[in-house]
Amino acid sequence: MFVVIVGAGKVGLNVARSLTHMGHEFIVIEQRRSRYDLLRPELEERLLFGDGTEMWVLEEAGIVRCDLIVAVTGDDEDNVIIAQLAKLEYNVPKVVARVNNPRNQPTFDLLDVDATVCAATMMISMIQHELPSHQFVPLLSLKRENMEVVEIEVSEDSPSAHLEIKDIRLPDGVLVSAILRGGTALLARGSEVLLPGDQVLCLLAPGKEKELIRSFLPSRKPEDVQAQASIDTINE
Amino acid sequence: MYVIIVGCGRVGSGMAKQLVDEGHDVVVVDEDPSSFRLLGGGFPGHCLVGAALDWDVLRQAGIEGADAFASATDGDNTNIVCALIAWRAFEVPCAIARVYDPLRARVFAKHGLHTICPTEQARVMMMDAVHACPISTTGE
Repeated sequence: MFVVIVGAGKVGLNVARSLTHMGHEFIVIEQRRSRYDLLRPELEERLLFGDGTEMWVLEEAGIVRCDLIVAVTGDDEDNVIIAQLAKLEYNVPKVVARVNNPRNQPTFDLLDVDATVCAATMMISMIQHELPSHQFVPLLSLKRENMEVVEIEVSEDSPSAHLEIKDIRLPDGVLVSAILRGGTALLARGSEVLLPGDQVLCLLAPGKEKELIRSFLPSRKPEDVQAQASIDTINE
Repeated sequence: MYVIIVGCGRVGSGMAKQLVDEGHDVVVVDEDPSSFRLLGGGFPGHCLVGAALDWDVLRQAGIEGADAFASATDGDNTNIVCALIAWRAFEVPCAIARVYDPLRARVFAKHGLHTICPTEQARVMMMDAVHACPISTTGE
């Protein structure tokens, strides 16, 4: 696989190092001269000096034959433009872009960027995952594959508590895949009984969150409001 | 007409002043409050400090009712992205981006965005001026 990485910051550099270990071909574009000079001894000819939002620089890097472009500069407008150029002009099969400021996520979504990674949003999800009282946590969104991974907690008064997984009334397009109980993960077999306090990992199609919450959370409780707030945060 | 201008530089401030003179409602958005000095004293339009990439800032500028949107910051990418948001997300009927780089201007224009490329226009005008130069008859 040939990968073009734009931005040799901490993220770009570590992506490059991982690709080296995996034996993939890549090139990194960096526009800050000092950063370029610092990394040139390590990356040698796989580091290119220039502005990775300039089309002639992207072409020099070999964008026309790349399988994947990774836009990880520190500026969201630059990452959006790289993703757009890759898609509109060079038909790059797959684009991954970094979202520096979660407030810019709607722009990446508007312009159909295949996959976005936002450290701040991930950290918020992880913090929610660690908080004992949080009932619904979005963990991963695979936009192009039309699939989301969420975690939902089974409360004492949940309509699904003490039921076998096969007896839970799940909406279409939702699959219970694993149960986190006492610090370990169990595969979700149909005969497994859900216990209060379990955290359930579900695969679902986007937009099924509200229906899923109805299957797990007791209706008309303040938790609903909290879960709804989580959804609103995602949709914003 | 209700017009939002992003970037209060020479082009943005000049447009803003002319538009209010013509009787239009104008909001100018810039991250740097000191840039509004270019508008001179007594500018009757609105000035908003903020990053126009942020949808909330655009909403605050009244983008939902805007007739026209012009992005003229010093960053090509910012201008393209802001105009794309105005056009695609808020359906502003006329969203224009100033783009210095002729290559990027051409790509986004091809996909429907209204772009103005001063570099390309300067090249054409300079070429016309050169072509119009009288040819020396003494010639080398």
